[in-house]
Amino acid sequence: MFQFIVRRLIQLIPVLLGVTIIVFSLMHLTPGNPAQIIAGESAPKETIEQIENRLGLNDPIPVQYFHFLKDAVMLDFGTSWRTSLPVSQELAPKFWVTLELAVYSTIFSIFLGLIAGIISAVRQYSIADVGIMLVALFGLSMPNFWFGLMLMQWFSLQLGWLPPTGWGSPQQIILPVITLGTMGAAVIARMTRSSMLDVISQDYIRTARAKGLKERVVIYRHALKNALIPVVTVIGLQFGSLLAGAVLTETVFAINGMGKLMVDRILARDFPVVQASVLIIAVVFVFVNLIVDISYKFLNKRINMD
Amino acid sequence: MNTEQMKQTNIKATKKDRPWKRSLKDFYKKLVKNKSALIGGYLIIILIIIAIVGPFLTTLDPAKPDYAIKLEEPSADHWFGTDHHGRDIFTRVIHGLWITMFIGFTATILGSIAGVIIGIVSGYYGGKIDAVIMRFMDILLAFPGILLALALISILEPSRSNVIYAIAIFAIPTFARIVRGSTLATKNLEYIDAMKALGASDLRIISKHIFPNILSPIIVQASLFIANAVITASGLSFLGMGEQPPSPELGALLSDGRDFMWDAGHIALFPGLVIMLIVLAFNVFGDGLRDALDPKMNKK
Repeated sequence: MFQFIVRRLIQLIPVLLGVTIIVFSLMHLTPGNPAQIIAGESAPKETIEQIENRLGLNDPIPVQYFHFLKDAVMLDFGTSWRTSLPVSQELAPKFWVTLELAVYSTIFSIFLGLIAGIISAVRQYSIADVGIMLVALFGLSMPNFWFGLMLMQWFSLQLGWLPPTGWGSPQQIILPVITLGTMGAAVIARMTRSSMLDVISQDYIRTARAKGLKERVVIYRHALKNALIPVVTVIGLQFGSLLAGAVLTETVFAINGMGKLMVDRILARDFPVVQASVLIIAVVFVFVNLIVDISYKFLNKRINMD
Repeated sequence: MNTEQMKQTNIKATKKDRPWKRSLKDFYKKLVKNKSALIGGYLIIILIIIAIVGPFLTTLDPAKPDYAIKLEEPSADHWFGTDHHGRDIFTRVIHGLWITMFIGFTATILGSIAGVIIGIVSGYYGGKIDAVIMRFMDILLAFPGILLALALISILEPSRSNVIYAIAIFAIPTFARIVRGSTLATKNLEYIDAMKALGASDLRIISKHIFPNILSPIIVQASLFIANAVITASGLSFLGMGEQPPSPELGALLSDGRDFMWDAGHIALFPGLVIMLIVLAFNVFGDGLRDALDPKMNKK
């Protein structure tokens, strides 16, 4: 097990380096001179040269990349071109908001998705099954930003039950989490259903039934454990798309998270902030996938030992 | 595709059947057997017809403002109501349907062509080329969902063609992975070895024998990816990173809807429903097709 983790960690190195190279090149493919953008259109030549020297923009590209990488490892992403604040200082509070949103939404989608998927599988072809799968299909096909707008319209504007915007209070959390988590719930429900159906048709389940175990014991103690293994992989992937999907949800509900910050700063051409946000989301996603891989292996092993 | 199934198809095939034709025939036979693939397919055809013919049948101008009738609720004159410039939303949705579907199709076609070539090269030649290509695909896959497209748009100008490129790049790794897997499975079949022994060139083997055999998973993936591309494209327009006003792209229409939600809830409703319908159609089609082509399902 330890060896496996070490091997996976070593495999991450080229991927992480690749991610940093891509994010680094984003800045350098940007049309226009960064120093000019920082100093403004009418800045004198000397100011621009000064900024160029300060940022090391005249160094050879590999040297610049090396500095970027060194700083990024220390969580130093430079200063914002718009607010002149250190990027890490601007990002830190927003990162936690986005992480909270993604984590709550993941919990919501796992909870809803598992229950729906299990009901569907246990009562295959019943009205409940058909209904759940139909709802899941719609959940999968809805653009989440539109769903968010519709929820806001019903629950905030017409019924006045929940606040339409913001983040922090329990009431403010409900709508964004439903908005962001629904698609994940649909994916997990479908995966759980098909995985459960696969497991239920296996011999050892027939044996368990033949032994005279109660159906509930067969389903929850024998079938579910094995059926959940493929679901774990989907959950990891879902978490990644939730982090990225937060960009839209945060925009809809005017939540001051990293996603909304990213959109605002793309429009304001504030690249250090955009660069850092993209890098952070990608790196978090890479590590979440690592955790999923490890837990997958772990789950499989336990079942083998049983 | 699983090898057993391919062997069966090969036995069934007669001498005069060309691999291409055989592959498409086989594909069609399985397609019509699956109900949900058929429903999805019909829905897609209807949507395409509306998108192409619709703009010629609408009598109103999608871009011309008329402030006398702004923010009107849906009525017999204006089925989906009017927006903040008094433009007929139904007309705008019909025009936007084409734009949104066009972006989804083009991005998927571009991305799948690149992904298929990369995947075949990777799977067919193997070795170091394969290792390098697949590491690079892993790197692209490290950017989840809309993130890669956003990052690309941030350095390019927000425009229709850039949205297409951004989504196409995001499509490449998913296609490359699937195609690589299928190529690996096909490459080791005996008859491919026989072709090689007879002196057939790599290009001939790939184009005449490998590609037709891996066509089905590519079509399934393409259908599911179009659904994804449509959501991503409309999401980018919604954020102001894609189609710019006054374009009636469906995501851009939703963005108007958000700004006027307090006064006119209907603006956001219909464009979103139409996006959902497009995505639903491709999801149902892709799902049905996957089930139909899955050998495990055929046994049941």
